Amino acid sequence: MSIDITLTVNGREINTEVSPETTLVQLLREHLLLTGTHVGCDTSQCGACTVHLDGRAVKSCTVLAVQADGSEVTTIEGIAVAGGLHPMQAAFHQCHGLQCGFCTAGMIMSAIDLVTREDDLDEATIRKGLAGNICRCTGYHNIVKAVQMAAGQMEGRGHE
Amino acid sequence: MSETEISTIGRSVLRKEDHRFITGNGRFTDDINLPGQTYAVFVRSPLPHAEVRAVDTSEAEAAAGVVAVLTGADLAQDELGGLPCGWMITSKDGSEMKQPLHPVMAVDKVNYLGEPVAIVIAETLLEARNAAETVQVDYRELDAVVGADKAQSALQIHAEAPANTCYEWELGEREATEAAFEQASHITSLDLHNNRLIPNAIEPRAAIADYQPGTEELTLYTTSQNPHLARLILAAFVQIAPEHKLRVVSPDVGGGFGSKIMVYSEETATAWACMRIGRPVKWCADRSEAFLADAHGRDHFSHVELALDDEGTFLGLRVKTIANMGAYLSSFASSVPTYLYGTLLAGQYKTPAIYVEVDAVFTNTAPVDAYRGAGRPEASFLIERITTMAAREMDIDPAELRRRNFIQPEDFPYQTPVALEYDTGNYGVSLDKALEMSGYAEFSARQQQSVSSGKLRGIGISCYIEACGIAPSQVAGSLGAGVGLWESGEIRVNPTGNVTVLTGSHSHGQGHETTFAQLVAARFGIPIDDVQVVHGDTARLDFGMGTYGSRSIAVGGSALSVAADKIITKGCKIAAHLMETEAENIDFDQGEFKVSSSNLSKTFQEVAFAAYVPHDYPLDELEPGLTEKAFYDPANFTYPAGCHICEVEIDPDTGCVEIVNFTAVDDFGRIINPMIVEGQVHGGLAQGIGQALLENCVYDDTGQLLTGSYMDYCMPRADDLPSFNVDLTETPCTHNPLGVKGCGEAGAIGSPPAVINAITHAIGIPHMDMPATAEKVWRAIQEKRGA
Ligand code: FES
Ligand code: FES
Repeated sequence: MSIDITLTVNGREINTEVSPETTLVQLLREHLLLTGTHVGCDTSQCGACTVHLDGRAVKSCTVLAVQADGSEVTTIEGIAVAGGLHPMQAAFHQCHGLQCGFCTAGMIMSAIDLVTREDDLDEATIRKGLAGNICRCTGYHNIVKAVQMAAGQMEGRGHE
Repeated sequence: MSETEISTIGRSVLRKEDHRFITGNGRFTDDINLPGQTYAVFVRSPLPHAEVRAVDTSEAEAAAGVVAVLTGADLAQDELGGLPCGWMITSKDGSEMKQPLHPVMAVDKVNYLGEPVAIVIAETLLEARNAAETVQVDYRELDAVVGADKAQSALQIHAEAPANTCYEWELGEREATEAAFEQASHITSLDLHNNRLIPNAIEPRAAIADYQPGTEELTLYTTSQNPHLARLILAAFVQIAPEHKLRVVSPDVGGGFGSKIMVYSEETATAWACMRIGRPVKWCADRSEAFLADAHGRDHFSHVELALDDEGTFLGLRVKTIANMGAYLSSFASSVPTYLYGTLLAGQYKTPAIYVEVDAVFTNTAPVDAYRGAGRPEASFLIERITTMAAREMDIDPAELRRRNFIQPEDFPYQTPVALEYDTGNYGVSLDKALEMSGYAEFSARQQQSVSSGKLRGIGISCYIEACGIAPSQVAGSLGAGVGLWESGEIRVNPTGNVTVLTGSHSHGQGHETTFAQLVAARFGIPIDDVQVVHGDTARLDFGMGTYGSRSIAVGGSALSVAADKIITKGCKIAAHLMETEAENIDFDQGEFKVSSSNLSKTFQEVAFAAYVPHDYPLDELEPGLTEKAFYDPANFTYPAGCHICEVEIDPDTGCVEIVNFTAVDDFGRIINPMIVEGQVHGGLAQGIGQALLENCVYDDTGQLLTGSYMDYCMPRADDLPSFNVDLTETPCTHNPLGVKGCGEAGAIGSPPAVINAITHAIGIPHMDMPATAEKVWRAIQEKRGA
C-alpha cells in the first residue's frame, strides 16, 4: 500500500508516494537523497537524525513520513542563509564544534531550535538542551562554545 | 624557521574539512548508493554459545524480494579463510598463542551473542529484514563462559585452547621484583576490574560492495580506519580477491576510536556476497548490531602490588592480569594487553623492578580489541590508582609521592624495566602546572565549603604516560607483529604549483586535511588553500597503514616531512638550472628558490611549471615532474605524558557525582594546530570520564547482553560533563623530524584514574571499580557512614 503525501522540504514542494512504515529520515535520505541527515541509533536516543518539522526540532527516525504530510521540513541542507552559512553553522566551524562530522547535522538542528526557544542560555541550559544529541568525538566542550557564539548572533531568538 | 612556517605551524587554523559536514555534504559510506544495489541483513545468533545443527534458509529464499541467502557453509564452499589476528604473542613457556579459526560466518558452532550465521540479500532493506526473520537455525544450547576471571576453570570453548587460555605472557624481571618486595617497608595492593566498554562511534559500521565482472575488480566502500590493511587482510588471508583487483575506499568515516581498525565478518561477507550475486550489496549496521558485534574494549581483571621504602620511593611493581579476548581473536586483540599494556607499567616513575603476567582468555562474549588508548588506559589506571592508594596509606601527599618517584629530565633517554626507552619528557613541569591550574593548594578551603553545605568533595591526580606511533617495524616484528609500522606520504606538486598530498594515515575526525595541509603549506611557503589532502582510497595511494594508536602526526606527518624535503631538494636542482648556478647555491625560503648572495630567484610555482614543461630543464640529470614519496619507519615510539587533576563534589543523599573542575596538562611535543589538539583532548577526556562514571558493558551470567542500546549503555551526554581546563607543556620528541608525539588517546588514558582518585578521596575509601555510578557511590557512602 502506498500513501500520497505532499510536504515542503527546504522550501521545495514535494509530492510523493510512500509506504506507511517509511520514516521521515528514510524519505529524506533515500527518496530525496538528502544524506546530510544521519542515522546513529535505533532507539531515538542519539539525535543524529534531528530536523525541523514546522519549525521544531524532531528526531526524524521517530516520525513517519505520512505524519509529515502537509508540513514544512527543514534539514541541514536547507538552513544556509542567502550568501552564506547560518550563524550556527559558522559558529560550529569557528569553535571547532565538530570532528568526524557525523553528529553535526543533528547537533546544529537541535542547537538552532534551542537558541530559538530559550532566552537565557547559560552553559547549564545549553548542556541540558543538547542532552538529546550524542557526540562521541568532541566531549561537547566546543559545541557548547559554538552554541553560545551563535546565540549572540542569531536574530529573533526567543520570539518564535 | 621561515616566516610562513611561524605563521601557520602552531596556529589554530580553522578546519578545511568542516564545510562539507556543517552543510550536510559529507559523504559517509551509508550515503553512497549504486545502481542496482541490494540490501544485506545478517541473521545473528540469539545464543552466546551453541552448536549449530542445521540452518534452513528455504522459507527466506522464497520470500518476496529475496535475491540470495548465504550461510557459513557457502563461505566454506568458496574456501574463504577466517579472519586473522595480526600479532603473534608467545607464552612464557615458549608456546605460541592459541588462535582458533574466526569464521566470517559461523558454520557448526556459535560462540557469542550476535555472531553472524547467515546473510540475507534482498531488493529492499525491509524485504531483507523480513526474510532474515524466517531463517530457521537449529541450535543446541551450551553453557556460556562469561566473566574473564572465571574463564580458566569453565567449560572449554575452543578445542585448541585448553582452560580457555589464549596465552600466558610475562614481561620484566620476576626475581628482581620479588627481591624488591622483600626489602619493602610498605606494600600497597589492589584488585580491580577495568570495566568493559563498547566504543560507539556515532556512525555505525557500514559497507557497500561493487563488482565489475569485465575487469574482475571489486570495490568495497567501508567504514575503515585503515583501508590498505583491510585490503591486505581480505586479499591475503580471507582471499576474497587478489590485492591488485581489490579497491577499498573509506570515504568520510564518522569516528572510529579503534573499533574501525578491525576487519570484521559483516564487511567481509558483504564483499563476498556481492561477487556471488553479481550486484552491489549494501549493509549498514543498526546501533543494536554495533552493540553486539563491534569489538569491545578493556575488560581486565588485575591484581597489583607496589613495594615502597619508608620514604615512599618505589622499589617494585608486580601485576597479574586476566584479559578478556571475547570469543575469537580480533585483528589486533592479542597486542592490546601485552605490548600496549605491560610495556607501559613503569608510568612516569623510576620503579627499578617490574614484573607483569597476563593471561588472555576466551569467553562467549563479543571479541575485545583496541578501543581509544588500547592497553594504555588499563596500565595508567592501575599505576595511578595504586600510587594514590600508597600515598594515602603512607600519609604522603599524592602529588609529593609522585614527584619523589618521577624520572627526571636528566635521566632521558630512560630505559624502563619493561622494554621501552623513553626519549624525553619533563613530568614535574606538567604536574606543577596542573596543580596550579586546578588550585590544588586551596583545595581544603573548597572542601570546607562543600562540607558546610552537606556535600563531599575530593581531588584526584593522575600522571599518565603513553606510547604512540607503535614502532619500529623490526622490533615490532621480532615481538610478533604481522605488519610493518611505517607510514607513507606522497606529495604531488601540480604544474600550476598547487599541491596534492596523499597520506596513508586516515582521518575520521582528527582533522588531517587541515593539520597535514598546514605542515606542507608551511614547508613550501604556499597558502594552505593550495594544499589538498587525500586519504582513504587504495586506488589513489600506493599503500598506507592507517590511523590508530595516535600515530598519524608522528608517523604519517613525518613521512610527509621527508617527502617535502625531497621535493625541495629536487626543486633546488631545477631552480639552479634555470638560474644557471649550482644547487648548493640555492636557498629555499618562503616559497622562493633564491641564489645566495644575489637577488635572483624563482618562485615555487615557476619551478613546478618548469618541472612539467621541461623546455629549459636538465633532462640529462633529472627526470621531469615534481612528485615525491616517502615511507617513514620511526626509530621508537613517542611518549606523550601529562597530568590530569579531577575535582568532584558528591551529594551524599543521591550519590550523584559532579565534576566541578577537570584540568589536563599534556605534553605532546611540538604542536601544529593547538585548536585541533585541544579538541582531541576534550574528546578523549569525555570518553575517559565516561568510562569512570557512566559506561559499562554488562553481560548477564547466561551471556545475554544487558547493555545493548543507548537506553542501557550510558553514553556521556552534554549535561554529564563539565567544560575542561586544558593546557600544554612541550618537550619535543627527539627522534622524528617534526618533534611531535601524538594526542589522540591521552585524554582517555589519563582521566579515569584522576576521576576515581577524586571520588575515593571524597568518600574516604581505598578503591571503587569503574563506573562510579550514583548507586555505587551512594552505597559506598552509606557503608562508610555505617562503619
Ligand atoms: S537516529 Fe538516533 S535518534 Fe534518530
Ligand atoms: S563530531 Fe563525531 S560524533 Fe560528534
